[in-house]
Order: sequence, then C-alpha cells, then structure tokens
Amino acid sequence: MTDARIRISRRALIGGLASSAGLLLSGCNEEPPTYGNLLRMGDNLTYSAQRLLLSRTSLVREYDRAEITSMPAIGTVDPTQGKAGDQYAAVMRGDFADWRLEVVGSVGQPKSFSLADLKRMKSRTQVTRHMCEEGWTAIAEWTGVPLGAVLEAVAIRPAARFVEFHSFDGLADSVDLVDAFHPQTILAYGMNGRDLPIPHGAPLRLRVERQIGYKSLKFLRRIVVADRFNDFGKTGSIQNGWAWHVGI
Amino acid sequence: MDPTSADDPAETPLEAGGHRLWVRLTHWAIAGAAIVLIVSGVTILMAHPRLYWGHAGNDLTQPLLEIPLGPNHHHGSWSKATPFFASGGGPVTANRLVEPWNQNSWARSLHFLAAWIFLAGLIAYLALGTATGHLRRYLWPRRAELSRDNIGRDIKAHLRLPMPDAEPGPPYAILQKLSYVLIALVLLPLMFLTGISMSPAIAADYPFLLDLFGGTQSARTLHFFAFVAITLFLVVHLVMILLTRPLRQLRGMTLGNRR
Repeated sequence: MTDARIRISRRALIGGLASSAGLLLSGCNEEPPTYGNLLRMGDNLTYSAQRLLLSRTSLVREYDRAEITSMPAIGTVDPTQGKAGDQYAAVMRGDFADWRLEVVGSVGQPKSFSLADLKRMKSRTQVTRHMCEEGWTAIAEWTGVPLGAVLEAVAIRPAARFVEFHSFDGLADSVDLVDAFHPQTILAYGMNGRDLPIPHGAPLRLRVERQIGYKSLKFLRRIVVADRFNDFGKTGSIQNGWAWHVGI
Repeated sequence: MDPTSADDPAETPLEAGGHRLWVRLTHWAIAGAAIVLIVSGVTILMAHPRLYWGHAGNDLTQPLLEIPLGPNHHHGSWSKATPFFASGGGPVTANRLVEPWNQNSWARSLHFLAAWIFLAGLIAYLALGTATGHLRRYLWPRRAELSRDNIGRDIKAHLRLPMPDAEPGPPYAILQKLSYVLIALVLLPLMFLTGISMSPAIAADYPFLLDLFGGTQSARTLHFFAFVAITLFLVVHLVMILLTRPLRQLRGMTLGNRR
C-alpha cells in the first residue's frame, strides 16, 4: 500500500469513527429529562457512556441450577393490600385465569394476552443473578417469554423508542429498545421451576438482566410502547430521585 | 549516605517546594471525588451493612461480616422462610415485612457522578505519571531504600515529634513513597475494578471481572476493605500535613512553587 493510500484510508477511518460516534451519540438524544438536576445529568452521562462503550447484545452470566440461592421478596409482597388491591384480588382467583396483559401504544396490533397465551409463545429459561440497589444479590432461575417476541407479536412501530411497564402495585417504569430486545429480557411467569410466587411478582414480572433489580418490575398488568420518554410523574423513578437507567 | 537524599540527580525536584500543575490538578480532582465517594459510599453501605463472599449473598444467606453501621444493622422483620424446592434444606424465600432505611436514590447517583471525576483524574494521573517519569523518579522505591536499616530509620523519624521540617513535594522518604505507591497504583485502581465488577451491564461485557474477584459479592467486600484502607491513608495523610507546616503544604499542592 502506498503512503498516499495509507493516508487516505487513515482519514477514512478517522472520519468513519467520528461519524459513527456521532450517530451513536445522536442515538442517545432520546435521554430522560434532567430537570436541571446535577445527579440526573450524571445518570444520563453513565447511560450514554454504557450505550457507547458497551456491546448492545452481550449476555449476562448464566449460572447452573445447582448455584440457585435463597432470595428475599422485598418491596410489595402482597399487592392485594395496595391501591389496586381489589383489582389484583379479582384476577388472582383461579390461578390468574382472568388476568390479562394489555400491550398497547405505538404498535400495529394492540393485543391482550392471557397467561396461557404467553406460555404458548416461545420460552426462555435462564439462571441469573439479581443485583439489588441495596447491595445484596441472589441467583434464581426465571422462565418466561422474551419481551422482543411479544413486541413483534403486536407489530411494534418503527417510531417506537421506549417500552413502558405498569404494575398492580402502582409502579411504572420503562426501558429503551436496546434492553427491550435484549435476548435475556423476558416476561417471567416461572421461577425456580414453578409458577412465579406472588411475593416475587405473580403472575408476570419483568427481568432486565443488565440493570439493577428495581428495573425488573413485578405484578405486570400493562405494557405501553412509546415514541417519547415518559417520566410517569410522581410515580416514576426520576421524580422520586432514582436513576432511570441503572446498568451500575 | 541517605539514599533518599535530594543529592541523587534522579530525584532532584523540578519545582522546589511545590508540585507540578498536572499533579496539583489530578490530586485535587481525585481528592474531591474521593470525599464525595466516601460519603455516598458509606450511605450506600448503610442500606445493607452485610458483606459476603462469592457471587450471591442476601439477608437469607450467611454473611461474612455484619458491620455495626446505622439503623439496618441486624435489621430483620421477615416472614417464615419457605423452601423453593420440594426436597427441602435448599434455597428459601421469605417476605420482608418492614422496609429498611434507604437513601440510595441520591447516594447511588452521586456516587457514580463522583466516580466519573475520580476515573478521569486517576487515568490522567497514571498516564502523565508514566509519560513524564514522575512515578518512576519520585515514587518507585529504589532497591537501596528498601533496606531494613533505611525503613527502620524512616519509621523512627516519623515517631519523633516535632516532625522534621520537609519541603512540600518530592523527593520523598521510603514510607511516603510506599504509601503513595500503594494508594495510586494499588488501592485506587482496585477501587475502580471492584466497583465496576458490581455493575450488571459492565460484567456482561467483561465477565472476567467476576472471576477476577470471585463474584459480585467478593468484589463488593474487597471494595469495602479498599475503602477502609483509603480512609486510613487519608487520616494519616492529613495528620502528616498538620505536623509539617500545613499552610505551606496546602500552598505547595494548590499554587505550586509560587511564594
């Protein structure tokens, strides 16, 4: 290769790197609002850096079944006591036969899934480590349907950017599409080889394995595919002072 | 001859009585970030003051150590444990009945914000320290300095009060060199590595981090002991400054050799 060609290819390489970095950065324009809060700016810096520097498809370690450990149930352990307690009590009868997961929003075919519908779809079982923001960890086996399969079943629109989750205990949260379509992001109905126990989020909970535990909402009732970021006001993580993206 | 003497041409200070600009900048960036990391880190630890070894550990497993710190020490209001598997004797679950003290919302975000400043300062310090020869010239101990006689002499010098009146900045005696090497080349990088080992996103990309420390909880435990060592260093560092004309030391690390 001549010197001139090396120079050109070097320039092309640098230009290519710069433009792809720009593309990646512009892909991070869809950031949660900071409301001028320095801590939220730091959260967004960490979010952008993780999306820029880390692989979007790398898998978390999966353990052997023999490595399953004890796991506390924390936060809401009995949703019949909460705000939507009556509604939860109504759907929990008969092994959640009348429970439905609504999937709506920026989708071509909004659908309502029964537990049996979800169990008929392709399933994934993974033994992973739950990392709680408090500092403890637990290893458990989760069985469920990949969230990506559900989003494809409702024909998610190209304009969609976030997937929101709403639970029976009044919580709401969201993930970006990188985490939504990650192969280990599942809607879990089984835990350690049995139906998901109520304190752990029955009938259906989210597992977002590359984020801290509080992202994996329990007691799901509704999924909304959104084109724009929603902070969920007073019930959302941001206005309660918590980071939205918690990869660390 | 005293091997730490400034007569050694390799250790002639470039800025008598002060520190170079990049040393001052990185020192204060790391020091400021470290204070914030210590405060937020202790707050995070208070949410769950139990340490474990291995990949997993929680209130239903055996801790390595329970730290008597804050309202969550021996916190526990749990429902009766029920086994996950029919065979019994294996892993269990139990419901937490009372929510513990938790200020992790701001403490975690502040910790990671300060961690960026810490990381930038540490990378700049190590890169410039290597490129300029600063680490090799002023911090890395020479073989002769590691003799028992020399170390013994320096220990005695530190036990005598008042402390000998030293100019701020290099050259350093052997104990000072060893503690700076330990903090800059061992403890601070270890803090970074054990810290990111706890991140599920980073550990997914770099699973060797989990094997390096033997699991997330081992990394968390080492993170704690490295914090203890760094805090001890900080205390000794501040005492030494107070004993050796603190205002002049402070000026040397802030304004350099300007008089």
